[in-house]
Amino acid sequence: MTTEKTATTGKPAAADAADGAVEKADLVQLTIDGLDVSVPKGTLIIRAAEQAGIEIPRFCDHPGLDPVGACRQCLVEVWMPGRPGPDGTPGEPMQMQGPPGRMKPQASCVMTVAPGMVVKTQYTSEAIDKAQHGVMEMLLINHPLDCPVCDKGGECPLQNQAMSNGRAVSRFEDIKRTYPKPINISSQVLLDRDRCILCARCTRFSEQIAGDPFIELVERGALQQVGIYEEKPFESYFSGNTVQICPVGALTGAAYRFRARPFDLVSTSSVCEHCASGCAQRTDHRRGSVMRRLASYDPAVNEEWNCDKGRWAFTYPLVGDRIQFPMVRENGVLRVASWPEALAAAADGLAAQAGRTGVLVGGRVSLEDAFAYSAFARTPLGGADIDFRARPHSAEEADFLAAAVRGRTPENGAVTYADLERASAVLLVGFEPEDESPIVFLRLRKAFRKHGTAVYAVAPWATRGLRKMGGQLLASAPGTEAQVLDGITTESSRATEAMAKAGEALRGGSAIILVGERLAAVPGALSAALRLAEETGARLAWIPRRAGERGALEAGALSGRSTAEMLRAAIDGEIGALLVGGVDPYDIVAAGPAGPLTSDDALDALQRAFVVSLEVRESPVTEVADVVLPVAPHAEKAGSFVNWEGRTRVFEAALESGAMSDYRVLDLLATELGNPIGTRTLASVRDQLAAQPAPEPVAAPALDAAAVVEPGAGQVLLATWPHLLDMGRMQDGEPFLAGTAPATVARISAATAEAFGVLDGGAVEVSTPEGSIVVPVEVTDPMVDHVVWLPTNSAGAPVRSVLGVDAGAVVGLRSAPDSALTTQDGVA
Amino acid sequence: MTTLTPILTKFWDDPQSWTLQTYERHDGYRALDRALSMDPAELVQMAKDSGLRGRGGAGFPTGMKWGFLPPPDGGPRYLVVNADESEPGTCKDIPLMMAAPHFLIEGAIITSFAIGCNHAFIYLRGEVVHVYRRLLRAVEEAYAAGHLGKNIHGSGFDLDITVHAGAGAYICGEETALLDSLEGRRGQPRSKPPFPAVAGLYARPTVVNNVESIASIPPIVLHGDDWFADMGTEGSKGFGIFSLSGHVEKPGQYEAPLGITMRELLDLAGGIRGGKKIKFWTPGGSSTPLFTAEHLDVPLDFEGVAKAGSMLGTRALQVFDETTCVVRAVDRWTDFYMHESCGKCTPCREGTYWLKQILGRLEKGQGDEEDLEKLLDICDNILGRAFCALGDGATSPITSSIQYFRDEYLQHLEQGGCPFDRSAATLFDKEGASL
Repeated sequence: MTTEKTATTGKPAAADAADGAVEKADLVQLTIDGLDVSVPKGTLIIRAAEQAGIEIPRFCDHPGLDPVGACRQCLVEVWMPGRPGPDGTPGEPMQMQGPPGRMKPQASCVMTVAPGMVVKTQYTSEAIDKAQHGVMEMLLINHPLDCPVCDKGGECPLQNQAMSNGRAVSRFEDIKRTYPKPINISSQVLLDRDRCILCARCTRFSEQIAGDPFIELVERGALQQVGIYEEKPFESYFSGNTVQICPVGALTGAAYRFRARPFDLVSTSSVCEHCASGCAQRTDHRRGSVMRRLASYDPAVNEEWNCDKGRWAFTYPLVGDRIQFPMVRENGVLRVASWPEALAAAADGLAAQAGRTGVLVGGRVSLEDAFAYSAFARTPLGGADIDFRARPHSAEEADFLAAAVRGRTPENGAVTYADLERASAVLLVGFEPEDESPIVFLRLRKAFRKHGTAVYAVAPWATRGLRKMGGQLLASAPGTEAQVLDGITTESSRATEAMAKAGEALRGGSAIILVGERLAAVPGALSAALRLAEETGARLAWIPRRAGERGALEAGALSGRSTAEMLRAAIDGEIGALLVGGVDPYDIVAAGPAGPLTSDDALDALQRAFVVSLEVRESPVTEVADVVLPVAPHAEKAGSFVNWEGRTRVFEAALESGAMSDYRVLDLLATELGNPIGTRTLASVRDQLAAQPAPEPVAAPALDAAAVVEPGAGQVLLATWPHLLDMGRMQDGEPFLAGTAPATVARISAATAEAFGVLDGGAVEVSTPEGSIVVPVEVTDPMVDHVVWLPTNSAGAPVRSVLGVDAGAVVGLRSAPDSALTTQDGVA
Repeated sequence: MTTLTPILTKFWDDPQSWTLQTYERHDGYRALDRALSMDPAELVQMAKDSGLRGRGGAGFPTGMKWGFLPPPDGGPRYLVVNADESEPGTCKDIPLMMAAPHFLIEGAIITSFAIGCNHAFIYLRGEVVHVYRRLLRAVEEAYAAGHLGKNIHGSGFDLDITVHAGAGAYICGEETALLDSLEGRRGQPRSKPPFPAVAGLYARPTVVNNVESIASIPPIVLHGDDWFADMGTEGSKGFGIFSLSGHVEKPGQYEAPLGITMRELLDLAGGIRGGKKIKFWTPGGSSTPLFTAEHLDVPLDFEGVAKAGSMLGTRALQVFDETTCVVRAVDRWTDFYMHESCGKCTPCREGTYWLKQILGRLEKGQGDEEDLEKLLDICDNILGRAFCALGDGATSPITSSIQYFRDEYLQHLEQGGCPFDRSAATLFDKEGASL
């Protein structure tokens, strides 16, 4: 317990730390266990006690969830101040009683503080100590004594608090309630009903935080249990959080069950490598293997949640295709080589093409790695072109990033998570938060729930995510985003009521426009977003999908010709060598002045050029690379990511291995080329990063909206973005996670379905000259007409590699026989 | 000698007591005219002045409850009538709604007018389908007669009444669980505050009153608060229905002023069956601590019963004669609480589960004296620690039965089983009764 006599804190009850100092008038003085405590009005007693250093045992209480008062473990004795006397001073406190004459304990997790209140916890009230022991004993009567085989054993709040606040011996000698164990509530979450203490943390999380109330308490009395719905599976992107916040071992992750004991694990603080949200996480490993990952508490970013991908998708380096040794291509065949040999081969090849080289960084590298790529392009390669974008991109986007994104950080006024939470309105354009940056989604849902933030989305259809944010759809076909954005502020007969409302909301003062990376493929859209921000006073932020893109931008890994231009130049023979980081050629689909570049073109380009590939696992690039240099996967390297806010997120290496991060390999290669770049250690990279000169100011792009493409007969426009859980390579090796990926369906509006003679639930074929995809269709409402939506990379429907196009393209659509669905992978 | 005061029960023996016609013949809907000519605030004051205390068990002053509603803000306000009568022994509201439903409907209209409500709900225990039908019919009659709907009696006041049948859960008699259930959720109690007066049904200001409380309003309006306050005792004014059940000669509903004694009621009910002796009885349903023969002269009002260590509750007087095994009776009550515990909070959910097992054993003579201490200590850990009063209620029969009949528990243990003849206690096999 604290030795200080007074504990004061400015932290308000609802963790609204962003508001800063609390007015003195809003502070409430009370006494807890004889300590004078001063906390903001509305603070729960249990939080006030924490701030005074007094821990009250609890199970159902969770600061992130609405209080419920169900477990009754946090009982305290409360004396309410008496009626104020004539001079306004509160009277003598009176003990809360019930039945009269008997102290009635109060649940400190639901009762808020009052001025002059006196609280006695288990430390100063014998009756409370007994009450808590009583509750604990009852919690345990039906709890199995399987701690020795329970995943939670060793880090279990029930185990721990049974020790600290429970009886040494149970008096229960009757028959425990038992259930068959465990049952799957999803492919990745298992439920041992006998262990459950029915605190409702999991159900409250799913309902309140994730908005996925697919689990609920059912039955009553001692038979109450967590249940699922037959029709609605527990397919939530956030289900792993229920495992983490379960105060007992009732919910366990299928992947981790029976794998390790907490006390055998070594924990490393880390940052998730999957998306640009930048979640703090903890990597738990044992003897060189990552056992599990947990969300860490970071109130500014992910609060205490993460998504299932961040939690469970970490097995991808272990699926058997890890590149262990350097390789060089000899007579058309890759063979293992020593580092010196491979470095020499790479250096020779690059030197031979001096002045005709390019660097493709990929969007997954750390800030430090990206800096090394950029330094490598500058010095040893003598100012080679460099681009981190391995996805649809444009020159307009490069200008946009340089003018409106690069260099913005929370310190100098960039949009932050806290800003999202307090925004009066948020407009999403080319960005589906739940799929593309799930923690942004959680924060927007919180903003909607707690502060009534109005969310608008310029999108082809109203996703479930949008509904969970209380959002309103500004229906727009892919490719028309620029027109819609312009239409929000201009008087036009085509402007809808929703657009007018959005325009009004954006002028609200604290409004924010969030644009996704997909807008790069819509000519004029990013310019229109800038115009809209300018005109309405709304602030603007750009949210890419990949964790490394923002850092790569900051590290200067975007200069000269773009990815598509470099590849085209390679096809044309103008570029002779490419240094390639983590790039999947199938992701690169881009339109350009020389016509569209398909993923096949990208492969063709890599085939022609001398390719040095820095990779973790074998990939399509490996198949065409001339020299392959292995680099460390996320768990084996330290570094930092820059998340969408511009916040630097430093992570440590969890596992010790001989694998080198890209910056180290590039340092060796530069030295081999006789042009050292000084990126041997993290410290030296960071010194150089700090010394980076501020980039030259760039004029913001100001393109007009391009003309809208009109699909012809039998054609529609393709809308697409990837689901969070899909066939992405960084989810490989985790079948339990894959089991909750959304089913692959095409979406069309009712009018489009009618026009094309397609029935809801039937099969459709989406085709381009490159290929076709047959998937079941879900008629979606509301949805814009003449558009088909496909997930970019879901099972059976890899859009970019099969169709060779991306959002905004004209594709053929026709009803297909259901039998076509049975073909392998659905790809016809 | 206290005499009966048949008011709500006055014409239950009429061949068609439940019809609007019968009700109107007995001054029905005259109070409504009077109420509609009054200022709503006056009506609230009248309820306060009458001293009417909630008839659902807790005895909270009804007028004061109405007064807790915040000032009107233009949004809806609701009256919800708690007709989820489910406590073992309690059987007053259901006969009342069966025999004279219009008392409730007229009371609901007056109350709604008083509190500014335009949509009232009657949440009825789901099992009593016959009562549900009768209520629906009565509401229909009231609409047809212009007592409900738009512009009632030309006053400009509109009211709709919805009768809702629950799904059969004792917990839904707890007012906040009732509201959750009415909203279509699982019936589990809510945290208070906010109280229903501030954020009740659909998070709007709501008054939740018992059937008998609301049914008492028309007589009060018709005859005046003084008339009502003249009955009963100082702190417990008015009349109430006393439900005698069990081992009495003439079980049934006895409407009398509060403060009548059990001895008087037993006399009215023809005494214990077959001239046997009373062993124990509940003053207000199974969740009120037991009384014995020594409590026959306790005045049955809120204060008197509380002073004697129990609660007036719902005046559900379950009478058990000397043929009854108290351990068995308590075991069966405990079974009820275990079955009806909603599961939300630990003490009630786990505690009742545990209590039932111990009592089940003890009744079979398995266990030892320490089990009695354990029972008492578990009850001590439940009472006042549970989320709502359901858990508290579960402890009452146990603690009081051990207090008065500890020897009988021990007798079970000594004999290795129940010393009573089960059939002797039954009502259907009086021939086999032997003692």
